Amino acid sequence: MTPLIRCAVGIDLGSTTTKAVILDEDGTILGRGITNSRSNYETACRVTLTEALINARFSLIAAGLGKAGLEKERQARLLADLEGRFRLQQYLGQLRALREAIDRAGDAARADATIAAATCAILDRMKEEAPALYAAGARRKSDFFRDLAGSRYVQLAEESGRAGGARFDALVGRFDKAILKVENDPAAAGSFEDHVLAAVLEMPDREPALEAAARRVMQVDLRQVATVGTGYGRARLPFPEGCIRSEILCHGLGAHALFAGTRTVLDIGGQDTKAIQVDDQGIVTSFQMNDRCAAGCGRYLGYIADEMNLGVHELGPLACQSSRPVRINSTCTVFAGAELRERLSLGERREDILAGLHRAIILRAMSLLARSGGVRDEFTFTGGVARNPAAVAALQTLVLENYGAMTTNISPDSIYTGALGAALFALRDARRAAA
Amino acid sequence: MAMSRPPSDVHKDSSQVRQKRMIADHFARLARASESGARCVYTFVPGNLTELLLAFDALPVLPEINALQSGMRGKSAEYIAVAEKAGHSEDVCTYVKCDIGMLKSGNVGPTGERLPPPDLLLLSYTGCFTFMKWFELLREEYSCPVVMLHVPYQGEGRITDAMRRYVVDQLREKVIPALEKATGRPYDEDRLRAALALSARAEDDFVWVLQSARNVPSPIDAYFGGVYYIGPIFTSFRGTPEAVDYYKELRAEVEERLRSGRGPVTPDGEASEERYRVVVEGPPNWTSFREFWKMFADEGAVVVASTYTKVGGLYDTGFRHDPARPLETLADYCLGCYTNLSLPSRVDLLSAYVRDYRADGFLVHSVKSCNSFSAGQLLMLREVEGRSGRPGGFIESDLVDPRYFSAANLKNRLESYFQMLDQKRPRSAP
Repeated sequence: MTPLIRCAVGIDLGSTTTKAVILDEDGTILGRGITNSRSNYETACRVTLTEALINARFSLIAAGLGKAGLEKERQARLLADLEGRFRLQQYLGQLRALREAIDRAGDAARADATIAAATCAILDRMKEEAPALYAAGARRKSDFFRDLAGSRYVQLAEESGRAGGARFDALVGRFDKAILKVENDPAAAGSFEDHVLAAVLEMPDREPALEAAARRVMQVDLRQVATVGTGYGRARLPFPEGCIRSEILCHGLGAHALFAGTRTVLDIGGQDTKAIQVDDQGIVTSFQMNDRCAAGCGRYLGYIADEMNLGVHELGPLACQSSRPVRINSTCTVFAGAELRERLSLGERREDILAGLHRAIILRAMSLLARSGGVRDEFTFTGGVARNPAAVAALQTLVLENYGAMTTNISPDSIYTGALGAALFALRDARRAAA
Repeated sequence: MAMSRPPSDVHKDSSQVRQKRMIADHFARLARASESGARCVYTFVPGNLTELLLAFDALPVLPEINALQSGMRGKSAEYIAVAEKAGHSEDVCTYVKCDIGMLKSGNVGPTGERLPPPDLLLLSYTGCFTFMKWFELLREEYSCPVVMLHVPYQGEGRITDAMRRYVVDQLREKVIPALEKATGRPYDEDRLRAALALSARAEDDFVWVLQSARNVPSPIDAYFGGVYYIGPIFTSFRGTPEAVDYYKELRAEVEERLRSGRGPVTPDGEASEERYRVVVEGPPNWTSFREFWKMFADEGAVVVASTYTKVGGLYDTGFRHDPARPLETLADYCLGCYTNLSLPSRVDLLSAYVRDYRADGFLVHSVKSCNSFSAGQLLMLREVEGRSGRPGGFIESDLVDPRYFSAANLKNRLESYFQMLDQKRPRSAP
């Protein structure tokens, strides 16, 4: 008989990324998925859910392997190796799809033999380099195919342009046209079943328990019994109205689930900042959101990263190296860009400017927190920006100065807080329906 | 700050049709003022002295109403741009800029007819700091006399004899002589008394209508519907037989609605279910009035009491115009307008509304360009929350500047707020 797991799914459609969380019937997190939101929420939903389902199956493999009595370290190594190989297969699948999409695109460049050859060379090179991207201990700037393949493609296109080969803009144009098709098609990456066994079988360290676990998990029926959507795009979620919850409520409940002592939640997402007060059950008692202006949100950091030609994840660590933060007053994203260039031209250090920028956005969040009723113990910081160490440091300093010492919670999975809350609401719906 | 004609595709009760006709007739009288020789007095909604103007046969023009109607007609963006070009900054009250822009664009009123210039600017200063600057600007534009009625702020939360005397003295010594001069007519106290008696009759019915929202479910929406109900009594009709008839008809309609168990009228017809009862502080947004209203109606949210419907007179705490004390009663009226109340008094009123109208929560709609009334609203929110134990919500947009109405954000926040109310209900966690 096919093993059946009833799942509750929460999907948080953010302005920048879409997240999914899958819970089993007991409320244990089985899987998480994340993708960039694009302009197409339905696709983002499908892609992130596919991701979360794959992630859930990996959790099940881990749980299965855990029962085999292996040494913890070996378990971890085996799982990391398996996942790396699996991801590599997905990447190669998407790379193949990219090549096909570029070939199929009816553009003038196809007629140009130089451009066609250069494109082909770039893609060949990317294929060759792929295993290194997923090797044990390799660091990737992003896990999104668009970012990962895109940045390398652009680098190689630049090299080609500089070397007097095919023109840079023609090469990049081909990528830009094709990438959407690839990233919007989860099938391009291949399914769990497509890759997992192959990945297990090619591992040099063959472990029968792992193979058994993988085979068992392939059979599992992960059945979605309830789904709740939330986030900015929730009105366009492909779910009925009753399955849609406010992101405020989801963040409140999600934060409560992560840290039961939570009373105040700050969430800084791509285009909004939320300050939420919750009671001891995770029920929202009051909230404030940024209103007429989105300055000081995650996008601000994205913009600054672009201005400095850095990845958004590199900003925080760099800012943390600052010894003399620059005072920056404007939280207007556009003005901050100008201020940044001005400061750089005056010879200020990048890390000091960045530290100032981080403080500026947190100051704005502080005002929102004050409006919502202040910061109460325990304080939970969520959203994409909570992963930024410089933002966290600035926040902790300002909270201490304004509200005194208190427990500040930040989960490494804080970006999934909204989706987790949504999944918990879905679980409640499912239980109520079952009763 | 007050009501307007409804957008054309909203369901209309016969009282609404009547009101529309009353307004059209009034603007027609204004358009003919130069031929008929009627004198026009520009004045403000809070602290308007309509009965006194009627006693002089003067026609009132209310620039706030013109501004909000321009907002509803989709003209305000253009008018505001004209005013900004003339040097008024982005942060100036958008009613002022809209009015100035309308004036500079030919002063065509909501019915498409030109408004007459003022013979007198009657500046009733009742809590809004901007009023003075506004009429200062109009004085420059029109080169006409201004008379100011300074209404002392109810800082202590009550009206004292000294305050009343101070206002009455100004009425006697400044306002009445200015009106005599502008109209060429002598002050006739009997006419004033007769108008005040009519006011009180209309006020009784008006208050009955507002208080009908204490019923669960409520037969009216006291904010989105309320802005229509305040129309005659807040503007040019208080003290007229037309207003008495209007409120009598309105009351009969609401009585019938109550008898047959019908809910309030919404942009999409009658509300089928009252899911949330809320109290609202602050004026509505006018440029997206219908869209804003729908954000409530779609969620089954009914506004059962609002402070905005008290800016042109606070009647539900017992005040009525009293023909026996004509000038004193006008003074009491001006002193008692919601705009003239202190923050603690506003908190008292809101808390009483939440309790008496059995509201699930209350919302502040804060106006970006209004410094007079937005100040302190967050404090009020916390205070009312503490006293009533009901959750407060805070949303922001603007009166008539469409640039400050972010529909997606407002909707997002309102939905979150209503779901929060749901979650806080006993035994109904979503």
